[in-house]
Amino acid sequence: MAQAAAVAKPPAPPRRRRASATPRRLPYLLIAPAALLMLGFIAYPVLSVFYYSLQNFNPTKPWRNGYAGFDNFVQIFTKDTQFWDTLTFSAKWVIVEVGLQLLFGLALALIVNQTFVGRALGRALVFSPWAVSGVLTSAIWVLLYNSQTGITRYLADAGIGSYGTSWLSDTSTVFPAAIVADLWRGVPFFAILILADLQSVSKDLYEAAEVDGASRLKQFWHITLPHLKDAIVLSTLLRAVWEFNNVDLLYTLTGGGPAGETTTLPLYIANTSVDAHNFGYASALTTVAFVILLFCSMVYLRLSKFGGDEK
Amino acid sequence: MITEIAPAPERVEPRPAKSRGKRRAWDEVPRWHIYVPLSIYLLFTLIPFYWILLFALRPAGSTSLVPWPMTFDHFEKVWNERAFGTYFQNSVLVGVATLVMTTLVALAGGYALARFDFRIKKAFMLALLCTQFVPGALLLVPLFEIFANLRMINSLASVIIAETVFQLPLSMILISGFIRNVPYSLEEAAWVDGCNRFTAFRIVVLPLLRPGLIAVGSFAFVHAWNHFLFALMFLSDQSKQTIPVGLNTLMSADSVDLGALAAGGIIAAVPVVIVFAFIQKWLITGFSAGAVKG
Repeated sequence: MAQAAAVAKPPAPPRRRRASATPRRLPYLLIAPAALLMLGFIAYPVLSVFYYSLQNFNPTKPWRNGYAGFDNFVQIFTKDTQFWDTLTFSAKWVIVEVGLQLLFGLALALIVNQTFVGRALGRALVFSPWAVSGVLTSAIWVLLYNSQTGITRYLADAGIGSYGTSWLSDTSTVFPAAIVADLWRGVPFFAILILADLQSVSKDLYEAAEVDGASRLKQFWHITLPHLKDAIVLSTLLRAVWEFNNVDLLYTLTGGGPAGETTTLPLYIANTSVDAHNFGYASALTTVAFVILLFCSMVYLRLSKFGGDEK
Repeated sequence: MITEIAPAPERVEPRPAKSRGKRRAWDEVPRWHIYVPLSIYLLFTLIPFYWILLFALRPAGSTSLVPWPMTFDHFEKVWNERAFGTYFQNSVLVGVATLVMTTLVALAGGYALARFDFRIKKAFMLALLCTQFVPGALLLVPLFEIFANLRMINSLASVIIAETVFQLPLSMILISGFIRNVPYSLEEAAWVDGCNRFTAFRIVVLPLLRPGLIAVGSFAFVHAWNHFLFALMFLSDQSKQTIPVGLNTLMSADSVDLGALAAGGIIAAVPVVIVFAFIQKWLITGFSAGAVKG
């Protein structure tokens, strides 16, 4: 049909300006499908969460449904100890996880950025867990951690620890066990992003630094790290938000247990809405989580200098 | 799999410092500084993979640390009895449909963002960035309600739409970056030759976008393949579920059949490994072109 239009209009006069070749509506038509999908399935749900956060809404207790004002929020901030517990755990989870991922990811990127024999294979292998899903990661680590034929059995065979221990069902070991499982998948993400940025450091800088007699540590500190700063800041923030929201791994690995020990705020929200059907209250919790995330995204936009004249 | 990820800048070879041996060049790190930490990390990466292979291939009840004698019973069992054959089909359908929809919609939107100035462009870009902070996990309940109203619960369409929507923003940002890298003058030249906008795009721009589109499409596929929550929430019928949901079912059983779980995990990993090996070359350049630098 677009072709028909072109045929109808003889192509002879060369168009002098872009504007004449560009129907005013074309950009709007092009973004329309994306915009409609996002309005319908992101914007509308977000608004409905805000709406329900001011309601008592529980399909299993319809006689109590109705406008609730700020009751849900008052409940969250004054009476709900589980909210504070899960928020604290979320913060702990995000800080430890992102910090360690950054540290190991940076080290790994620096190593595989060197020239050495077998580099391509080495890169492919260390990056490989990146593509593995949260549920599959859980499956793998359930196999490693299970009490009968997991790692602990072979450790016990070698005289370390005792038989029948499961790191996932003990409150003192579940946190490091879950952290290690998520690190396995998360470190390659940072390594890939940082490696991508390392490619663009000018070699001349190192040559010059070398002539001036700077040690390798100094070169790293004064050349590499400043160059990587933006990438590190942005990927850290993105990853922090992602880790905060990530439900797949903990849901399937520990289910938030034992004894609620590893329940993050999103996991608590999911339980409140899915198991307890307390949609109004879950919506209020979601709203609080949004405010926390909004704060993060503002920092992110600030740092990425959005709205500048990048083209 | 053994491909260079990005063209490694060649070093200037003749360097006198080398022969003097006193001063060390940046790239002449002692070999063990590379191989020792790399090997340790590789062990951490590969042992879990070996572990799942081991459990998938050794007979039930065996405690041997090598998968010998080898058996494929677990695969047969999980594929037929545990319906992984059906899950696999569903997952492929969801993955491919998400790939196609995401790429097409993001291509249209990305072109508009790259080539036009229009009034709501800035607001739209801002909205795209903000959606990266809106987690699908927190919107499960309203999304469930929407799909229930559309009578799409228990239909793969609900999962496909949800996956596409949450893939779109990043894909569109990436694709508009790729399009911006293609000089506008190429397109203008094609117009002068009598092409309309669409034909010019198809003939001139699209072939140049191929690497970028492959990367974006593969991301969409892998995400849809791996993602778990939407399928768990929107599909209740067993015949409609996807592989991650099947894995979760295996894990949450009272007594976990470890062999079946391992075999199911391998089945879940195979397509992703293939895609990953395929896109590796573009992974790093794609990221550095779009995601981080904005």
